[in-house]
Amino acid sequence: MLSEKDVFELYRKASTELPSDVVEGLERAKENEKGRSKEILEKILENVSIAKRNSKPICQDTGIPIFYVKNDGKQSEKEIGEIIDQATKKATDEIPLRPNAIDSISGKVSGNKPVIHFEESDKFGIDLLMKGGGSENVSRIYSLPDERLGANRDIKGVRKCVLDAVIKAQGKGCPPYILGIATGGSLEEVAHLSKRQLLRKLNDENDDSELKKFEKELLQEINKLGIGPSGLGGKTTALAVKAAKSYRHPASFFVGISFGCWAHRRQSYGH
Amino acid sequence: MDIDFTKLNIGDKVLLEGTIFTARDRAHLFFLENDFQKIKNSIIYHCGPIVKGNEVIAAGPTSSSRFNVYTKELIDKYGIKAIIGKGGMDKNVLEALRGRAVYLSAIGGAALLYTKNMQLRNVYKPEFGMTDAIYELEVKDFPVVVTMDSKGNNLHEEILRKSEKAYGEVI
Repeated sequence: MLSEKDVFELYRKASTELPSDVVEGLERAKENEKGRSKEILEKILENVSIAKRNSKPICQDTGIPIFYVKNDGKQSEKEIGEIIDQATKKATDEIPLRPNAIDSISGKVSGNKPVIHFEESDKFGIDLLMKGGGSENVSRIYSLPDERLGANRDIKGVRKCVLDAVIKAQGKGCPPYILGIATGGSLEEVAHLSKRQLLRKLNDENDDSELKKFEKELLQEINKLGIGPSGLGGKTTALAVKAAKSYRHPASFFVGISFGCWAHRRQSYGH
Repeated sequence: MDIDFTKLNIGDKVLLEGTIFTARDRAHLFFLENDFQKIKNSIIYHCGPIVKGNEVIAAGPTSSSRFNVYTKELIDKYGIKAIIGKGGMDKNVLEALRGRAVYLSAIGGAALLYTKNMQLRNVYKPEFGMTDAIYELEVKDFPVVVTMDSKGNNLHEEILRKSEKAYGEVI
């Protein structure tokens, strides 16, 4: 059974330790860079090790906590939600996390408010993504066709959208990025599905052979843009591209692009 | 801080030592609507830190483009010498920097590197909340790179142009 302590520990680990695949990705990128971009990656990796050693948040923006819960039905969604809320309060006070929930109208700050997605599953498990505001602000939804980009309703059109979004983002969302992409026919679905791709490990290969090829080629193209770590130039603008597709309505073709920053705070519980 | 920032060029690395003030959305408005002489001729840091008691736990830069609209007036009013942030600022800010100030880039996300040699001296406007309050910080060996200088050069703009050119070649 899920306890408040489990969720608190998940918060602690997610906010203070990067997943090993992301650290390995940053290390490989560092070997591939020289000059300023190499120095930036060295400093980033130094920051990552200080965070782990001292159990302190990697970044002052501890983000919006997004929970993806696979529920086996032993606890209700209400019970799990309450456990997460309690653990969020404790984590905000004790780790500590930055109080990031601001009432949009009154401006009042009230701790942190997690977003929780549930799905039924035979086995219980949680993925937690602590998603910073910088990378969230450069995330985009495009609607194809796009006249400005000359982008049609095909995979080449999707490529153009992603490259355009990366060029617009430059260094604002803290590159090297991890990019989640989704195509489909409703607005919220491409937002959700593209963000879910950020849960995949960097070395995870797409089951769909066409998307697998797309991910690989697009990553190479993004890394030809020269934006680099911190947006101050270099070969590594993204560490990974993860794509998914869904069904679309005949009238619609949306492309969702979710940016993850290098401080990719993703951890899981129970699986 | 005894650096003549106007002599620096884009690409120069600097280790800052001395007093800096954090400022985000609400602080910028406060500075413009009031007379807050403490920041006269000082350095502004675009940052919303995590603070517990007297300790700054984590304090990396936030995106500077949100403050584009306030910055010319801020420099005019207070003689700000340098602005630290991430992601760069727009051409109006570049003009406002001319002959007077520079923009310095810190590494987004590397929040613990910057707190290694950082003392919290004062907190102003705590009612703005932890993120948006104004913190007076004493720093040493605070690593930054000049990315917009006071001579009209902008590294961010150069990289943007290069990436747009590369896009044309890739597509």
